[in-house]
Amino acid sequence: MQAEHQHQGHGQHVHGQYGHRHPVDFDPTSAGPDPFAPAASGSRPVRIGIGGPVGSGKTALTAALCRTLGAELELAVVTNDIYTTEDADFLRQAGVLDPGRVEAVQTGACPHTAIRDDITANLDAVERLQQRYASLDLVLVESGGDNLTAVFSRGLADVQVFVVDVAGGDKVPRKGGPGVTTADLLVVNKVDLAERVGADMAVMLADAHRMRGELAVLAQSLTDDPAASAAADWVRRQVAEHRAAVGPSAE
Amino acid sequence: MTPAMSTVSLATLALADSRFPGGGHAHSGGLEEAVHRGTVSGSEQLAEFLHGRLHGAGAQAAVFAAAAAHAAARGVPPDHWSLLDAELDARTPAPAQRAASRAQGRGTLRAGRSALPSRALDELHATTGSPHHPVVVGVLLGAGADRSPADTAAAMAYLSISGPASAAVRLLGLDPFEANAAVTALRAETERIAAEAARTAGHRPGSLPATSSPALDLLAEQHQRHHREEGRLFAS
Ligand SMILES: Nc1nc2c(ncn2[C@@H]2O[C@H](COP(=O)(O)OP(=O)(O)OP(=O)(O)O)[C@@H](O)[C@H]2O)c(=O)[nH]1
Ligand SMILES: [Mg+2]
Repeated sequence: MQAEHQHQGHGQHVHGQYGHRHPVDFDPTSAGPDPFAPAASGSRPVRIGIGGPVGSGKTALTAALCRTLGAELELAVVTNDIYTTEDADFLRQAGVLDPGRVEAVQTGACPHTAIRDDITANLDAVERLQQRYASLDLVLVESGGDNLTAVFSRGLADVQVFVVDVAGGDKVPRKGGPGVTTADLLVVNKVDLAERVGADMAVMLADAHRMRGELAVLAQSLTDDPAASAAADWVRRQVAEHRAAVGPSAE
Repeated sequence: MTPAMSTVSLATLALADSRFPGGGHAHSGGLEEAVHRGTVSGSEQLAEFLHGRLHGAGAQAAVFAAAAAHAAARGVPPDHWSLLDAELDARTPAPAQRAASRAQGRGTLRAGRSALPSRALDELHATTGSPHHPVVVGVLLGAGADRSPADTAAAMAYLSISGPASAAVRLLGLDPFEANAAVTALRAETERIAAEAARTAGHRPGSLPATSSPALDLLAEQHQRHHREEGRLFAS
């Protein structure tokens, strides 16, 4: 928006009739951090939510996806950390994508509210990224670590991944909750730790499939496969399907 | 001025509801900063904080919400919205307060375009994508069937204290009954402030009352600074 603003009849004095321009501090758009019009929905990037309990590996997965897909896709990330910038700082420092491609959202101590009940701050962050990078293919939205009931609103995420941690115990998939039962992809992460924590992978995966029916389940270890190859393939398919559905993003 | 209706409209109730998805849940209105300073540590101090907030930021917001409702109801030309916006900017000296008001205004506008669409709202949106919160609330309610500047002002004044009260419960683990009672204890004052705001609703934007609340301005600025340094949970 322009820093100079022509206006009429502000307070006591009238400028409009003289038609002169001058810098003013009261421009309706000057103090707002993001006076951006939302992009047309037909051309927007696909938005993938990455949710799951605290410490399950959401940021590690996000970083791996950025590393693996950064060269082939225009991507950006929104983080919803409880302590606001921890995840964003990690991603920026990991050097997997340039700092301007990461936006952190403040969730008012309610991370699930920010991704589900009131998605305002996240939509603002996505719009800021779209404004900055006009031809984004993909925005990854990492939720703050939360509980098994936290899912992304469909108004925010087109598709969502739920990441659970083998070290949390092999009971987690059968505990269910909307994250486990409805996410488009369930990632059972840290399978390298299964032996150490006495988790039975067969039980864990069988439970996951039983709870989820046809929905995809994927077991991974980011320690063994830092590229998150299988998850990256799944993401590629989502981007391709989104493109096929709405056409290519505006170049 | 249109006479107040005998019942509060559903639109007013929906906007004042903390479930309204306009981004308000992430704003504490300076309460988080006050907690970090030790100014608010229990229900008694919360009551004092809310009292100050109602009479400062709350009264100012109520004035502009009522004026915007009045303007939307009588069908002003579109350039009226930038006038109101500029006048509220002029009464909001702290950049952090402006940013908080515009962030909530932007969210309320987005949610309101789905919930309570109107031509006035489109005109406001065409003026700026991030209008001040009270102006959006006023347009949403004034352009609808209810058209009561007093109710609009009451909803706005209530929003100025309900958010901080909820933030106090989350930050301090306060007894929710006590925090809620600290809000409802202010009902007579809220009504008085709303009635006062309704009385000036038809004034020219430049002549609307100006209320200052320097302590809240300072808390808002400190909040932003501390967020940059160490991270804060709330956006304001
Ligand atoms: N052994 C092992 N550790 C992992 C794996 N994936 C992530 N980690 C580690 O688990 C810890 C938590 O990972 P994060 O990516 O920060 O988890 P998060 O879900 O983003 O955590 P919050 O955002 O705090 O909820 C880190 O120390 C990671 O290095 C894995 O596959 N195997
Ligand atoms: Mg994380």
